[in-house]
Amino acid sequence: MWAGVIDRAAARPVALKARRGRWWAAVTWLQVAPLVGVFSAFLVFPIVLIAVVSFWDYTEYTIVPDFIWRNYAEVLGSAVTYRTYLSTLKFAVLTWAITLVLGFTVAYFLAFHVRTLKWQMTLFLICTIPFWTSNIIRMISWIPFLGRNGIINTALISTGVVRQPLEFLLFSEFSTVLAYVHLYTLFMVVPIFNSMMRIDRSLVEAAADCGATGWKTIRNVVMPLSKPGIAIGSIFVVTLVMGDFITVRLMSGGQSASVALMISNQLAYLQYPAAAANAVVLLAVVLLIIAAMMKIVDVRKEL
Amino acid sequence: MIDGPRSLGFYALAAVFALFVAFLYGPLVAIVLLSFQGPDGGLTFPMIGWSTHWFAALFEQQRVGDFKGSFLRSLGLGVIVMLLTVAISLAAGLAFRKRFVGSSVVFYLAVASLIVPSILVSLGVGLLFRVLDWEPAWWTSGLGVHLTWTLPFGLLIMFAVFNRFNTSYEEAARDLGATGWQTLRHVVVPIIAPSLVGVALFGFTLSYDEFARSLLTVGTRNTLPLEIYGMTTNITSPALYALGTVTTVFSFLVILGALAAVTIVQRRRERRAPASVSRKG
Repeated sequence: MWAGVIDRAAARPVALKARRGRWWAAVTWLQVAPLVGVFSAFLVFPIVLIAVVSFWDYTEYTIVPDFIWRNYAEVLGSAVTYRTYLSTLKFAVLTWAITLVLGFTVAYFLAFHVRTLKWQMTLFLICTIPFWTSNIIRMISWIPFLGRNGIINTALISTGVVRQPLEFLLFSEFSTVLAYVHLYTLFMVVPIFNSMMRIDRSLVEAAADCGATGWKTIRNVVMPLSKPGIAIGSIFVVTLVMGDFITVRLMSGGQSASVALMISNQLAYLQYPAAAANAVVLLAVVLLIIAAMMKIVDVRKEL
Repeated sequence: MIDGPRSLGFYALAAVFALFVAFLYGPLVAIVLLSFQGPDGGLTFPMIGWSTHWFAALFEQQRVGDFKGSFLRSLGLGVIVMLLTVAISLAAGLAFRKRFVGSSVVFYLAVASLIVPSILVSLGVGLLFRVLDWEPAWWTSGLGVHLTWTLPFGLLIMFAVFNRFNTSYEEAARDLGATGWQTLRHVVVPIIAPSLVGVALFGFTLSYDEFARSLLTVGTRNTLPLEIYGMTTNITSPALYALGTVTTVFSFLVILGALAAVTIVQRRRERRAPASVSRKG
């Protein structure tokens, strides 16, 4: 296709070509302008503003333009901050590990064991539908299962496995991680499935012909070739958990903290500059984690 | 692995998959059942009779908050976000078919929009409106923050679409004398129509369910997810499940509608076009 365009273009006088080039550049810019406009006004500018406000002062009722380091001193000098980051990181690592194993297994089944494209797409769609429904409702829907009188406790007691209802099931770190896995495994399945569907099937057959067992094929052929999907999924899951506050608040029953929850609590007390300083630190941490992951795989190349 | 009898591994993996699907849908099934609790029923099984008592409670404004108003706001916002997401993503997708100065900057902006924690976007836009002394509202600040969440998905879908797009159709149109606009209107858009429905689905549902970004940006009147969140803290009756059932059924109808639209477009195309053409694009 490009060859045709270039040939035709080359046949025209140079001046016309230059005018056409300028015309195309203008059209292209008009086409991306709305996108750039939205991101500038509602992403870049607000984040710059957060950085600016993080140096402002505040009283109980108002925020005051200033240049002070106190907000950062308070964030970085408080033991609560470190404890909260540790707790958030723990959630992130646990959720990442579980969603990775689960997501990889599901994607592998869909990509390599379901034989027709029609079934692959049907089963894939079944996995993705919950993504388009409300996260909050999906969290609430665990109450009948995990509650003190919930399905699991009732079953365990009636079968005689336990005598007392298990208290750790709901409103605990357990239920928080469970909810994360429930909500975010899809973010692993989709990119890994996408990577796997691009793997040349003859490579897998070749491995089998050379005597590789199923597991060896997975380890040495499928896993390395799924790396881009794994990286994208990991970035999604880790950043979602690092920035989450609603799941922690609803599912831990106030027993766990997260960095974003800390920020949202400060917002509730109108301590905007303090929240802004916290937000800048959170953003820096998230970006560092992503940079580390990008070092392993060049994501842009894989899209 | 590709053909021949199913291995033991297949059945093990199929079992894992089945459990995963049960894990995804089981809780939803439970709350749908429990939302039909009798008037004396509680938040867990067993069912104490069956009734639609809790659905009725949902529509009495005083009892469970402003369900109807917040639903209508979310619906309106979702539709606006959907239309803008399709239009803006399509335009940007067309631009990205060629490299242009700054294309990688725009790409990284979209990626950044996906990975920046939602609460930061909420906080930033909330601060912006506060500093400018503007009143946040769902159709201004709320609309903007929702677009920062839906547009990256729309753009990535457009990338995937145009990566696989067979450009010979456009060339044929141009050779037959179609203008750029005619080519877009009568050739490109009909071919990618199913994907545009997909973008619309993302646009609507992501906005309809968005919570964290709405927090400081929709103003004094809540959208539905904020209202639901408020209810989780002060309602301890199956009315909460009734609410979950209603919104989930609504989401499912939207998803089904989108899938039906895609299927109809594809069927019609297969019927109209010769078989050899309809397979492509």
